[in-house]
Amino acid sequence: MTRRAIDQEDPDRLYTVTGGRTSADEKTFDSVSLIVSECAPTPGMQSEHIRILRMAQRPTAVVEISAELRLPVSVVKILLRDLLDTGRITVRHPSVAAQAGRPDPEILRQVLVALHNL
Amino acid sequence: MHSTTSDQRTPLRTTAADALKIVVVGGFGVGKTTLVGSVSEIRPLSTEEVMTQASVGIDDASRVRTKTTTTVAFDFGRITLNTSMVLYLFGAPGQQRFWFVWDQLFAGSLGAVVLVDARRLEDSWYSIDRLEHHRTPFVVAVNRFTDGPSLEAVREALALSPEVPLIDCDARERSSGKHVLITLMEHLTRTHDQSPAQESMP
Ligand SMILES: Nc1nc2c(ncn2[C@@H]2O[C@H](COP(=O)(O)OP(=O)(O)OP(=O)(O)O)[C@@H](O)[C@H]2O)c(=O)[nH]1
Ligand SMILES: [Mg+2]
Repeated sequence: MTRRAIDQEDPDRLYTVTGGRTSADEKTFDSVSLIVSECAPTPGMQSEHIRILRMAQRPTAVVEISAELRLPVSVVKILLRDLLDTGRITVRHPSVAAQAGRPDPEILRQVLVALHNL
Repeated sequence: MHSTTSDQRTPLRTTAADALKIVVVGGFGVGKTTLVGSVSEIRPLSTEEVMTQASVGIDDASRVRTKTTTTVAFDFGRITLNTSMVLYLFGAPGQQRFWFVWDQLFAGSLGAVVLVDARRLEDSWYSIDRLEHHRTPFVVAVNRFTDGPSLEAVREALALSPEVPLIDCDARERSSGKHVLITLMEHLTRTHDQSPAQESMP
């Protein structure tokens, strides 16, 4: 596998895209929260925000955005926080997170059924 | 098949609303990406996570390395389960620094698959220990590169308790990957039935 060492290829890039902020948003987004755009990108927006809004025209998981933008997951969470605060995205949170890590038996059953039908 | 140059992605359904996670952990080259890819509806994607400051603080080694951000690579695929549910499968290395980002990435996982190479069982001791520590239910799958020790011998070498499912797999085979996931889900269902409230502590 080819490793892209993101933080080595351009030391300033993470600082630039996040405006120097460090992540305080671990709890707002799960790594598989599904992001949905609520508006079209507008000229003058930060390029990462534009790309996120385009991707999330259909629901898109945080990790998929991270892979596409080639940015670490926690950096993507910071970018998403901006979009959430300005009402440009909505978030579909994983239900298991709300169940304190103990999934509803009905969810387990549905996963099993779906896997059998795969 | 039509595809545009700018976007090769396969998007989720518009109705997708609830994503679930299963993590495949194992040593280098044990077949994690192969297993994820054999059952995934998309070609595995890779990305990275960096340790946030809070976690850096508890890593003694980081003080020695003075402010070098610790980066961990992982990959993932997905399976659309039905109109609303989608299952993400992560392939993640089991080495020590990886566990510092476990909570950032994998809190709320349904469970884990420990993928082991029977020739290098010791590579998985640490992962099994960490999963037990995180109280993450798991199954152990032996990726058969060559004939090796019997499952009973593997169970003994890994000191697995009797309730932990242990199975053979060939990560290249979709049916085998599917069987591994079903084994994990059946294990979760059993665990859930047996201990309704017992494990509700953090
Ligand atoms: N014979 C055999 N080979 C396998 C099996 N699973 C994977 N391989 C091969 O083993 C090699 C490593 O597999 P990967 O899926 O890349 O392993 P990995 O755990 O993702 O490796 P890293 O990400 O580098 O740690 C590849 O060449 C696979 O084709 C298996 O079940 N049997
Ligand atoms: Mg791999």
